[in-house]
Amino acid sequence: MATMTYVGIEVSTDAEGFFADPSKWTEAMAPQIAAAEGIAELTDRHWQVIRFMRDEYERKGDAPNVRALSKTTGIPIKELYQLFPKGPAKLAAKIAGVPKPHGCI
Amino acid sequence: MIGGGTGGTLAANRLRHRLSPADEIVVFDADDRHLYQPGLLFVPFGLAPPARLVRSRAAQLRRGVEFRRTAVEQVDLDHDRVITADGGALPYDVLVVASGTRLALEATDGLTGPGWGKRVHTFYSLPGATSLAGALAAFEGGRLLVGMIDLPIKCPVAPLEFCFLADWFFRRKKMRSSIQLTYLTSLDAAFTKETCNRALSGLLERKGVELVTEFATGEVDGAQGRLTAYDDRETDFDLAVLAPLHEGASCVARSPGLGDALAFVPTQPTLQAKAKPNVFAIGDATDLRASKAGSVAHFEGEVLSHNVTRFLAGEEPDARFDGHTNCFIETGFDKALLIDFNDEIEPTLGHFPSPVGLPLLKESRLNHIGKLAFEQLYWRAILPGRDIPFIGASMPLADKHLEKAE
Ligand SMILES: Cc1cc2nc3c(=O)[nH]c(=O)nc-3n(C[C@H](O)[C@H](O)[C@H](O)COP(=O)(O)OP(=O)(O)OC[C@H]3O[C@@H](n4cnc5c(N)ncnc54)[C@H](O)[C@@H]3O)c2cc1C
Repeated sequence: MATMTYVGIEVSTDAEGFFADPSKWTEAMAPQIAAAEGIAELTDRHWQVIRFMRDEYERKGDAPNVRALSKTTGIPIKELYQLFPKGPAKLAAKIAGVPKPHGCI
Repeated sequence: MIGGGTGGTLAANRLRHRLSPADEIVVFDADDRHLYQPGLLFVPFGLAPPARLVRSRAAQLRRGVEFRRTAVEQVDLDHDRVITADGGALPYDVLVVASGTRLALEATDGLTGPGWGKRVHTFYSLPGATSLAGALAAFEGGRLLVGMIDLPIKCPVAPLEFCFLADWFFRRKKMRSSIQLTYLTSLDAAFTKETCNRALSGLLERKGVELVTEFATGEVDGAQGRLTAYDDRETDFDLAVLAPLHEGASCVARSPGLGDALAFVPTQPTLQAKAKPNVFAIGDATDLRASKAGSVAHFEGEVLSHNVTRFLAGEEPDARFDGHTNCFIETGFDKALLIDFNDEIEPTLGHFPSPVGLPLLKESRLNHIGKLAFEQLYWRAILPGRDIPFIGASMPLADKHLEKAE
């Protein structure tokens, strides 16, 4: 466990920075989390993914992986990697304040 | 029952044992060739003759289970019936989806393009594993890339095992020094489970296998011998052995309301599909977090047959699957390690199933023998749906050095 401060509010996260309690997240925190991950500006396209991650997490208790994300939102995987470099599902989950997607083992 | 593979066969046999003779059990599959899939790992190295791995599906089913050799086209959830490829329809009281996974070769650009079957291979199908045996035997040296494009895949440790066996294979041929062996994964480490990861990364290092992580393969160029990741990183190869992307079966994709975006069936711990209480799912077809492994289908079989029996009797399905997975990991040179875990508890050191059992997470000859014995156990105990002493649905905790999962 670790603590981070976003827009002046202290939240607890796991060692990699994923929110321990997604209900503590607010949209205002997202740009700051994104900036720390090297994403200078959140575009509408970013927000489409971030909101989708939250919805899926709230509905299913787990955030989707990148293929499911692409199939459901219609955003090509290539573009997801441009929006969220390295790991779109992981990074979008972190910015959306939900736990790291489990994937399957 | 849609599918006469591992899960469908063992579930049908277990149910035949429990239900009254008046209850009919019908298993659908497109062909009568049951493949022992764990054997695919050994085929490329000449360690398992392909013909030995295939037996009749019908012959694995107990008397009183009907086998119909036709594929299910689609499930009609609203009318509780399946439509079959031969144009028929069959109503059901309970449906069990045991249709496993489909190798989604088309989902990776270029995978089956130029070089497929020559420089680019997979051992995830019998024809693939067989043609790879020829390619390995003829390989003269260079960069051998073994990789996993993305999860979920069946038996997620199999590509790692392939590396260990390749190391052994080329050492035995006295060619190891002319081969650069690389393991490539979309994950941020060799394996997802932290404790396993430590043991497995150590093994890769000791065997001189280079590890490339977070490589999300977007395109395969078999002519040039190059993989390109979605983030534009590239890596070259002389021979590539890839676990292709997996999706749920096409019949799930064609059935409105049954599957998720990748055609896996959203499933509850009771093994009931979220779509409808009289639909159950088992094995690789589910969206459960447990590994896609035969051992998981075996552990689920106990839960499923209990719950289906209760459901048919008008009672609440009350057994729950805890995510119990175990697998032997072949490490080459006649050794293997064994891992055992569930949703709550990480793979650990210790012994399975009790202090006098097999060593967990440690290379040993005993585990290798266990892995080989699994083939006999598969045909003689797992498929017939017998309970194997000490190896039940709930994970044994004796003699485990425990660490809680996150
Ligand atoms: C290379 C490799 C190594 C492995 N090693 C291991 C191991 O060491 N240990 C282990 O426990 N597991 C291992 N596995 C995994 C194991 O084989 C699977 O997890 C297991 O077979 C899953 O059982 P299942 O019934 O869900 O799917 P399957 O056994 O694949 O059966 C699904 C069946 O459904 C049928 N089907 C599909 N669509 C339809 C349709 N529309 N109509 C009718 N039938 C249909 C298919 O023909 C198939 O027979 C390995 C797998 C591979 C590929």
